[in-house]
Amino acid sequence: MTRLLDVENLTLKFKTDEGLITAVDNVSFTLEAGEVMGLVGESGSGKSVTAKSLMKLNASNAVYDERTKIVLHLDDGPVDIMTLKSSKDLRVVRGGAISMIFQEPMASFAPAISIGDQMVEQLQVHTDMNAKRAKEVSIEMLDRVGISDASTRFKQYAFELSGGMRQRAMIAMALSTRPKLLIADEPTTALDVTIQAQVIDLMKDLVTEFGMGIVFITHDLGVIAQTADSVAVMYLSRIVEQGTVRDVIRRPAHPYTKGLLAALPSLDDLDRPLTPVPGDIPSPLDRPSGCVFNTRCSANLGAVCSRDLPDFTTVADSHRVACHLFNEGAAK
Amino acid sequence: MSDDLLIEARDLSVHFPIRGGGLFGPAVVVRAVEGVNLDIEKGSFFGLVGESGSGKTTLGRALLKAAPISRGSVQYNDGEVQHDLTKIDGKALKDYRSRAQLIFQDPYAALSPRMTVRDIIAEPLEVMGLTSSREETDERVREIAAKCRLNLEHLRRFPHAFSGGQRQRISIARALVSGPRFVVADESVAALDVSIQADVLNLLKEIQQEMGLTFMFISHDLSVVAHICDHVAVMYLGRLVESAPTRELFAAPRHPYTKALLSAIPSLDPDAPNIAQKLEGEIPSPTNPPPGCKFQTRCPYATDICRKEEPKLEHSSGEHEVACHYWQDLMD
Repeated sequence: MTRLLDVENLTLKFKTDEGLITAVDNVSFTLEAGEVMGLVGESGSGKSVTAKSLMKLNASNAVYDERTKIVLHLDDGPVDIMTLKSSKDLRVVRGGAISMIFQEPMASFAPAISIGDQMVEQLQVHTDMNAKRAKEVSIEMLDRVGISDASTRFKQYAFELSGGMRQRAMIAMALSTRPKLLIADEPTTALDVTIQAQVIDLMKDLVTEFGMGIVFITHDLGVIAQTADSVAVMYLSRIVEQGTVRDVIRRPAHPYTKGLLAALPSLDDLDRPLTPVPGDIPSPLDRPSGCVFNTRCSANLGAVCSRDLPDFTTVADSHRVACHLFNEGAAK
Repeated sequence: MSDDLLIEARDLSVHFPIRGGGLFGPAVVVRAVEGVNLDIEKGSFFGLVGESGSGKTTLGRALLKAAPISRGSVQYNDGEVQHDLTKIDGKALKDYRSRAQLIFQDPYAALSPRMTVRDIIAEPLEVMGLTSSREETDERVREIAAKCRLNLEHLRRFPHAFSGGQRQRISIARALVSGPRFVVADESVAALDVSIQADVLNLLKEIQQEMGLTFMFISHDLSVVAHICDHVAVMYLGRLVESAPTRELFAAPRHPYTKALLSAIPSLDPDAPNIAQKLEGEIPSPTNPPPGCKFQTRCPYATDICRKEEPKLEHSSGEHEVACHYWQDLMD
């Protein structure tokens, strides 16, 4: 496998009237070509902000910490994304080397421009295709994602397509520039299960065919189990556990990951009571000191958890967890 | 109607004319709910599942007399009073409104931002004139708020100060303050994170048992329904296609649509064999439903008879009902 993406110490604060709000705190991960990484967490955990940082797509009040390093390895050498300043420079990654699919495809397509024109436009911006060639490629892509009668659909508008069809068109558009990295932000959340299954299958096929890397954001651990190779669990702006999907779902180490799994209704055991993680996620303005999860943690060790930020401990090959329970020498 | 039943619907249909006949072509009618027979037992947790566009919300609203009933009958009998919903109006309708309530999906949209939580919860009491003094209103509000795990401090605040889970508890308190016997919860946990979802589900179950309520729980999430409901009905394009006690439905689904729905749920086991019976295509438009069985356009087993004749809901065993020409042949 070849390395596609290195993210080191990604730290991002938003400047607001109430002060600086930490949205992402010291997040590091790597992604290989052809790898699907799941990013899971509750709303407000910072997963979308993390993904948008890969293209510097966050709002203008975002302040990146100077230690932040994001390197995308392309065929003609590595690109240090943090050094890209002008939107002209960023165009190489935005929509070019990196594409993004959003949760709500209706909100992501322009309503008054046909699907086809939008696809052609992005191809002309990012490649040197002429209009005719761009149209051919677009129709080919629509066909590839399973849209029947692609040349008719090409001329239609977003409102004329059903939800599943729109999400397919979104995927076709995102992949038509042959990106190296695809960011999928809750791409199946708004879809029905039967359509979700179709879209998941499609994405799996396309990873194999195109060999790109995918950062897959979702709150649904079932979807992660079926699509991703590795997973990072986020809580209140920090990664608390990461590893291969098998390790993290079968042998969750962090109390928060365990809590998420215990709260999830499962069809295999209908009698198992659903256990919520106690309490609510704290406001980002009022971040707990020490471990960010200590206010809701059932395994809280006391002083050490509310005082010290836990370091990552490796529990298996690539399975890492940030929790004092696993720190040797921690006060029990 | 049997004494065990709270709601008995026969041949219930809800049609919405969307375009008049005459000069601009023939009249177009959306048959959102068509010929539904439904029994809801007193004190049960009745689940209604289906994809978007299957008519589950409309059916729920028709049972609340909040959607126009075009044909058929709905009887309500809680032991104290009986109502015939097709004929109900005036005083009787007012009485029914206090006995049948709705909890909405989105706790962010359902609460007025300009009212305090106390006023939000008290409003049904004031509108329906169920209390005679402010003291009595306050007392009822405090009582129901405590049941929904809201404290007195919360009552003075405005909705913006609350998280999603807390807001949903406020909506629940508002629905329950008038002392209803029948509550329709329409996708009430769909917008919530898993941990909060578990919390709200546990609360609903607790309240239902404590107050002896009958719930209709509308959801597209089968694993949630499996955990909370006693009986589940599956809808497709305005029809009930299968209805059974929860355990039976999940252990031995009979209708090909139910089977496909169940197999499309992503498993938490990353190595689970991919047994999903993939459904092609999407749910047809209710303005132009296919002839015969409504599911025939996507059903892998459809034959000529399915394309001509619509199957009736029939008892397959005990309380298990299914509407399919071939359910017997498809049993494993």
